Amino acid sequence: MPYNQRQQGDFTVIELNGEVDLSCSPDARQQILGAIEAGQNVLIEMSGVTYIDSSGIASLVEGYQAARKKTLEFGLVAVSSSAMSVLSLARLDKVFPIHESVEARLAANE
Amino acid sequence: MSAALNQRVVELRFPSQADRLCIVRALVKRVAEFVGCDAALAEQLVIAVNEACMNIIQHAYGDDSPGEIVLEIFNNADTIRFRLQDFAAPVDLNKIKPRELGEVRPGGLGTHFISEIMDECKMGHLEGNRGNYLEMSKRII
Repeated sequence: MPYNQRQQGDFTVIELNGEVDLSCSPDARQQILGAIEAGQNVLIEMSGVTYIDSSGIASLVEGYQAARKKTLEFGLVAVSSSAMSVLSLARLDKVFPIHESVEARLAANE
Repeated sequence: MSAALNQRVVELRFPSQADRLCIVRALVKRVAEFVGCDAALAEQLVIAVNEACMNIIQHAYGDDSPGEIVLEIFNNADTIRFRLQDFAAPVDLNKIKPRELGEVRPGGLGTHFISEIMDECKMGHLEGNRGNYLEMSKRII
């Protein structure tokens, strides 16, 4: 898998990092959709994302939609300022569930 | 576009490959800072130019017929201008427009990003239908 992935609580956490652009967003898409296809709730950890383009954003949207179809949870975690500015530009900052940290999302269930 | 915008800062020719986009972004960021853009504006310009190059790679050339892309960056005292050229088949200019964002779906965001960030955009076909160009300009002060 191109990106680190771990199990934490009821979630599969996928850590996107670096520049998520057209050269690697197909890998991110495949990994995200693979986890959802496997029936897992997914959190995308984005603190290490230094750049994301519209193809990377499209991978997140596809993950969000696929999770909704399967009534699974999909959310973003610790979104970097660079990634947040692109999400805002796409008007998606109010669409995706965004959490401060994985721990904060897990604590919401307690 | 003003005829006074004729001071070319740099020209880059590169193949229409996704793995070259990181080079384009680094160049645009450095040139934007060089001509006086602050960090936030430089970041926005990087987004717009990257998306424009992506559109050429994905839609003008496509996967099966890669080609060359030319990026030129010009500036004057208050404006930075980007000119992109490709040598693919002429695109249907009527099909290129920003989409409504009310519907959450993947794809179609790049043109929206460009129109949100840039002050002016102009697309057309190169003379003799040899390809396509896109000019984008932004006031920097």
